[in-house]
Amino acid sequence: MRKLLLLSAALLVSTGAFAQDRIAITGGRVITNTGAPIEGGTVLLNDGVVVGVQAGTSVPAGYRQVDATDKWVTPGVIAGISQTGTAEVAGDDSANDQSARNAAGSAALMLDVALNPNETSIPVSRQEGVTAAIVGPSPGRTLFAGQGFVLSLADGQTVPLRPRAFQYVSYGERGAALAGGSRPSAWNELTNALEEAKRVQNGLAFPMRDQHMDLRVTRDDAEALTLVLRSAQPLLVRVDRASDIRQVLKLPTMYPGLRLVLVSANEGWMVANEIARAGVPVITLGMQNRPDNFEYLGATMSNVGQLVAAGVKVALGTPDLDVSFQPRNLPHYAGNMVAQARLPGASGLTWDQAFASITRAPAEIFGLSGYGVLRQGAQGDVVIWSGDPLELSTQAEQVFIRGVPQTLESRQTKLARRYLPGRGRSDLPEAYRR
Amino acid sequence: MRAAGLGLLALLLAGCATTGGGKTAAPQPAAPALQGGSPDAESAVASTYRPWPGAPTVIVNVTIYDGKGGRIENGAVRFEAGKVTAVGQSVDTGGATEIDGRGKWVTPGIIDIHSHLGNYPSPGVPAHSDGNEATSPARPEVWSIHSVWPQDPGFSRALAGGVTVLHVLPGSANLFGGRGSTLKNVYGRTAQDMLMPGAPWSLKMACGENPKRVYGSRNQMPQTRMGNVAVMRQTWANARDYQARMKTAKGPQKRDLQMETLAGVLDGKILVQNHCYRADEMANIIQLSKEFGYKVSAFHHAVEAYKIADLLKAEGICGALWADWWGFKLESYDGIEENLPFLHAAGGCAITHSDDADGIQRLNQETAKALADGRKWGLQIKDEEAWTWIAINPAKALGIADKVGSLEPGKQADVVLWNGNPLSVYSRPQKVWIDGALLYDTDDPRRRPVSDFELGQPGEGDRK
Repeated sequence: MRKLLLLSAALLVSTGAFAQDRIAITGGRVITNTGAPIEGGTVLLNDGVVVGVQAGTSVPAGYRQVDATDKWVTPGVIAGISQTGTAEVAGDDSANDQSARNAAGSAALMLDVALNPNETSIPVSRQEGVTAAIVGPSPGRTLFAGQGFVLSLADGQTVPLRPRAFQYVSYGERGAALAGGSRPSAWNELTNALEEAKRVQNGLAFPMRDQHMDLRVTRDDAEALTLVLRSAQPLLVRVDRASDIRQVLKLPTMYPGLRLVLVSANEGWMVANEIARAGVPVITLGMQNRPDNFEYLGATMSNVGQLVAAGVKVALGTPDLDVSFQPRNLPHYAGNMVAQARLPGASGLTWDQAFASITRAPAEIFGLSGYGVLRQGAQGDVVIWSGDPLELSTQAEQVFIRGVPQTLESRQTKLARRYLPGRGRSDLPEAYRR
Repeated sequence: MRAAGLGLLALLLAGCATTGGGKTAAPQPAAPALQGGSPDAESAVASTYRPWPGAPTVIVNVTIYDGKGGRIENGAVRFEAGKVTAVGQSVDTGGATEIDGRGKWVTPGIIDIHSHLGNYPSPGVPAHSDGNEATSPARPEVWSIHSVWPQDPGFSRALAGGVTVLHVLPGSANLFGGRGSTLKNVYGRTAQDMLMPGAPWSLKMACGENPKRVYGSRNQMPQTRMGNVAVMRQTWANARDYQARMKTAKGPQKRDLQMETLAGVLDGKILVQNHCYRADEMANIIQLSKEFGYKVSAFHHAVEAYKIADLLKAEGICGALWADWWGFKLESYDGIEENLPFLHAAGGCAITHSDDADGIQRLNQETAKALADGRKWGLQIKDEEAWTWIAINPAKALGIADKVGSLEPGKQADVVLWNGNPLSVYSRPQKVWIDGALLYDTDDPRRRPVSDFELGQPGEGDRK
């Protein structure tokens, strides 16, 4: 019964009561992600969805025209993995809900409970064209980090677009450290938990196996993992070393129904064909090109290019809460993949592939139907850019989420306005300027 | 007209560059630089850097950002014997390898004023953690050069990003972190092989959360921001006493390595690079520096520089900043994307820095982002002006503006040829010369370094 409730909750998509407006965005270069760009096209938004994408600039009766001449019009950016909404200040434990070192549970933890819709990073990302984000936890007590969610960055959004959207596990060096100190212990902990889940799924008593060695799977954890076994949630496994990727690729064979997604996979290029053959998608930063630890001595910025060339579906995201790489800059990382393709001997992406990696690809990996594309019936998550969205000089000028124009104000824009250069000393301190 | 404008600018910059003044670390006998007969501390570490051979080279038909705010369309650059010899609309091409730069850009090599390549190298394992001597809040006696591992794979990645000079600083656990060193980004067998001859040492200082957290958590002073300032003041007071004593001392004195560094600052030979985030704390440091008679060369990170841009300008202190880092700890909470352009627009000295083995690879992109964010507010900053943030401005703050940081005759030939506008996300360095030697080339795998660590590993250095 409880499981049933949780599942139905997972299928709910909240539809806030926003003032709806019929909008015709006209004259822009429309990137549909489903075919060639439409030059000078029109995107019609009504009742939260795209009701038309067409050539020409004729505006149907009852539509408010938004002129996008000389602009680019695209689906909103979707962060393939992020921490948005769960950590106001990364370095302050009290303001960071990413992980729980001392928690009783692990796989059962639901990160959406931590979602703070007032987190200041949400408008900061939105003002740069990010309209949705996959939000994942970080492991605490065990290699199972728990269940992540999908977030719409719409202003006023108070619930996740999709709670409990996936299970997140760290394998490799981190998983090994958490599971007792070695990769064999990590593999044992991972598969033991899935075995317990299988028994729970089959209605057997828990625990059936000898747990005297404290394999740290609670009944709640095992129950949560049944979602993975019966395809109700993908299993995201963070893994980098080529040999670890090979090991993790065994999971879908061992547990039919388990939908595997690799996260990070910095040495994925070395086993790209095997990943492709397994039909397993990858979510990665794409920018890691240093041997920053021993599990990716083979890191290269050609990784994404080689994976895509092998036929792997790749989404870009920020697997770590790391200020060096922020979700709002994902379009630039996609742009770097295009730059990489232009270097002799390197592998990268075409522009279309690069833009898909921050829009359509993450939507497809998480089954977000109608996201990441512009076509009739698609979600009304649309961004008007001053130019090429992957370019550093481009600004997101207008953002629509579910057809609703979004504020592009944030705490940062307010600080900037307060301290604009050239302001003189006025009759009151800066603290009075809002 | 253009030439006259550039000439004037060069004069102004030369004037500003006098903050350097530091003496060379080039090989020379240990001279009793300090009164009282103490040997010169600077000669304890001597550069063994020697430029690699290069051919006389001319790049023609190219767009030039000269690094000090100028731009030449369809121009040309000539360098030979390690030095830039001509920059202009056209130059003498006689006897030189000619490169057609059509559709391409040339800039001076990028200078990163805040790096931990070498002292926090890749892989970032505990065995490689060599940036913080966190055993006392005042450790001015340590030198970052003694932690630099010259096989850090990060150097090659930074080179592929057009970085030719970098300043390696100790970390920020301590109020007085130790001496920073300026490197040429050329692999050597020793750290001294990379040390830039004639570049002044710096003293890394830090205020704010880090020192008070590190020592406060051990129930040790400093535990608070006021504790930070108190320890700094007492330490500087001690240094003043030492300096005075050395000036009048006769005969050999017992050496104090801590005080030698601090006296070097008070004597104006060592430049202070001060990690400090908040506006109010920077103001505290400025007051403190006046009390003890030294000058801060640059505030590093300074995420709130935009709040006191007028003060930084008035004091002649540069801001070495990220484009958009914010919110990772409380003292970075007020970071905005406009910090660099706001400081620049206020007439201040803005520097794009990395503090990061990834960020150092794309300082051009960080600069471009920040520039766009400034323009969003209507600020009119030209592309070539923004390039000063990673060229002449960091050179000034490091005291090496007479040697590098711009494309001008007589300067070291640290030159980057970009395959497009370097402020575009799609552009990358195509060739990089350091002191006139071609040390990176996208078209020639033999001109791409692989550190010892990466040799024989999968990938062998990203693109071998």
